[in-house]
Amino acid sequence: MALSYAVPNFLIERDESRCIDCQVCVRQCANEVHKFDEDDEKIVSDTMKCVNCHRCVVLCPTKALTVREFPLEFKKNGHWKSDDIKSIYIQAETGGVLLAGMGNDKPYPIYWDKMLINASQVTNPSIDPLREPMEIKTFLGRKPASLEIENGKLKTKLPPQLELEVPVMFSAMSFGSISLNAHKSLARAAREVGTFFNTGEGGLHRDLADFGDNCIVQVASGRFGVHQEYLDAGSAIEIKIGQGAKPGIGGHLPGEKVGSEVSQTRMIPEGSDAISPAPHHDIYSIEDLRQLIYSLKEATNYKKPVFVKIAAVHNVAAIASGIARAGADVIAIDGFRGGTGAAPLRTRDSVGIPIEFALAAVDTRLRQEGIRNQVSLVIGGSIRNSSDIVKAVALGADAVYIGTAALMALGCHLCQKCYTGKCNWGIATQDPRLVKRLNPEIGARRAANLLKAWKHEIKELLGGMGINALESLRGNRLMLRGIDLTEKELEILGIKAAGE
Amino acid sequence: MKRVYAKEEYCIGCRLCEIYCILSHSEYKNDLIKAFKKSLQRPPARIQVEEEGALSFALQCRHCDEAYCVKSCITGAMQKDPETGVVFNEKERCVGCWTCIAACPYGAIIKDETSKKIASKCDLCGQNETPYCVQNCPNGALIFSEEPPYKTSVKGGE
Repeated sequence: MALSYAVPNFLIERDESRCIDCQVCVRQCANEVHKFDEDDEKIVSDTMKCVNCHRCVVLCPTKALTVREFPLEFKKNGHWKSDDIKSIYIQAETGGVLLAGMGNDKPYPIYWDKMLINASQVTNPSIDPLREPMEIKTFLGRKPASLEIENGKLKTKLPPQLELEVPVMFSAMSFGSISLNAHKSLARAAREVGTFFNTGEGGLHRDLADFGDNCIVQVASGRFGVHQEYLDAGSAIEIKIGQGAKPGIGGHLPGEKVGSEVSQTRMIPEGSDAISPAPHHDIYSIEDLRQLIYSLKEATNYKKPVFVKIAAVHNVAAIASGIARAGADVIAIDGFRGGTGAAPLRTRDSVGIPIEFALAAVDTRLRQEGIRNQVSLVIGGSIRNSSDIVKAVALGADAVYIGTAALMALGCHLCQKCYTGKCNWGIATQDPRLVKRLNPEIGARRAANLLKAWKHEIKELLGGMGINALESLRGNRLMLRGIDLTEKELEILGIKAAGE
Repeated sequence: MKRVYAKEEYCIGCRLCEIYCILSHSEYKNDLIKAFKKSLQRPPARIQVEEEGALSFALQCRHCDEAYCVKSCITGAMQKDPETGVVFNEKERCVGCWTCIAACPYGAIIKDETSKKIASKCDLCGQNETPYCVQNCPNGALIFSEEPPYKTSVKGGE
């Protein structure tokens, strides 16, 4: 066996004056970093195995642990950064594709932070949401071009709509990629707050059959877990074409994660790899997509809105126009920061475009073509807080999806090792010892709290602008100003520069 | 009476309950570091996590209505408080014969040999509102309530 060139990524510091040798860290680390040394009668830590998930740090009752970046420095080089060098060592050793979890973490510009929100001063009054009613209810689905009213009542039959109490939904994450307790947490939180969670391509576990009123069921290229009852159970159906973390790439749930429950829910043999092809093999054109959209509508008696989810890629506006014309009720667009359980690192970090541009481009294009009312726009893949949401709505989004933020509410610390199946927080794992670490009662409360907090903040920001309904902000790009943006960027975003 | 109940499906086997039990019965009730670093002869925790594979739960005295330990005690050290219902061991009268340990159907009584040989058991943290173990369980796997969190035919802890 030859020498591995791998060096530790993290340094674990144990404050011996605080450590009481209680061994909670030893018992909590699924990566087996901490170990009680019987000879020396103290805990020792193997830094090579640490992924910096903070499980031990948070659980340590005396806060004796610190994890920091390993201070080893390569000779300074403007071109070759330590990540580049380490990647080469790993690939020279393994000959394999580099894998990564969660979203693109490279320091690309964050356009949310380059847009500023307006507020009222003197000439129009701002509104205090604690004193005056504020409406942020959102309806997703196709809206008719005109409404007919007869005897004071609506005569036009409205296409099916999803009703959201907050313009935020939990994005598609499958049971398999995340644990059942994570799914249960999101389902309960969605019900409590009045929004939706999304099954992802993993089917709907029988324990969650009652959550259909708050559930979007996904149909993706592997068609796992899709059957009539599943389609009937959901409030909407989402056709997944692509995902922001890995546009153009399919999915692969390794057989080790396909235990009895995942196997039954996905309707595949236990222990078999669940491979979702990169394309849907029955969709090679907009016309083919239309067939699937209408097959699903037909199967559910035209009672449920059909979403089509795509990754934000270069030609996204034209693609979205095609999807609208194919009959989708909602278009979901996932930006290049979107998360995943596993993606090839190079795809995750270099494929796709920022969601801010994709959203602005799609909204503009659909308006220009006069078909914006035919679809709702949901965006995801980067939303970090309530002001990101307000900016997204002002750029034209009807609602947003959150995945990474939702998992963080459940305990995710963004260590990006979802693909190892050793998630110490009980989220991205199927190991029963780890899954039970996420108590759905606690998880649901935390995820619901996050949405409630954001709801308050959205109202506060709206009030500041003198707007009392989210509907009045939708696509209202005059409420945004750009900072530190080029002419071209301002043009694509369709906003003015700060000071204009 | 209020008892401590374990939800085994959420017990993560971290044993923080044991650690806080030790704190609760140490001379430094609010300082884990002092409780562990200054008292080197620490009595064992009165709650014990039982573990096998993915299954784990914290076990402590059920404070039975008809307590076998009280009945079997040869010196009258083990008593049930008629007011609170708490079953407790009076250290001074305990001779460490451990008949109670043999009698307890739950295996909830622990040998304490740190100083004088005695039987040690959960006392629901004396007058504390919520016992330390329940307060400090990171995953809500221990609850302190009148009723068990699951349906059971077993009454009064027996």
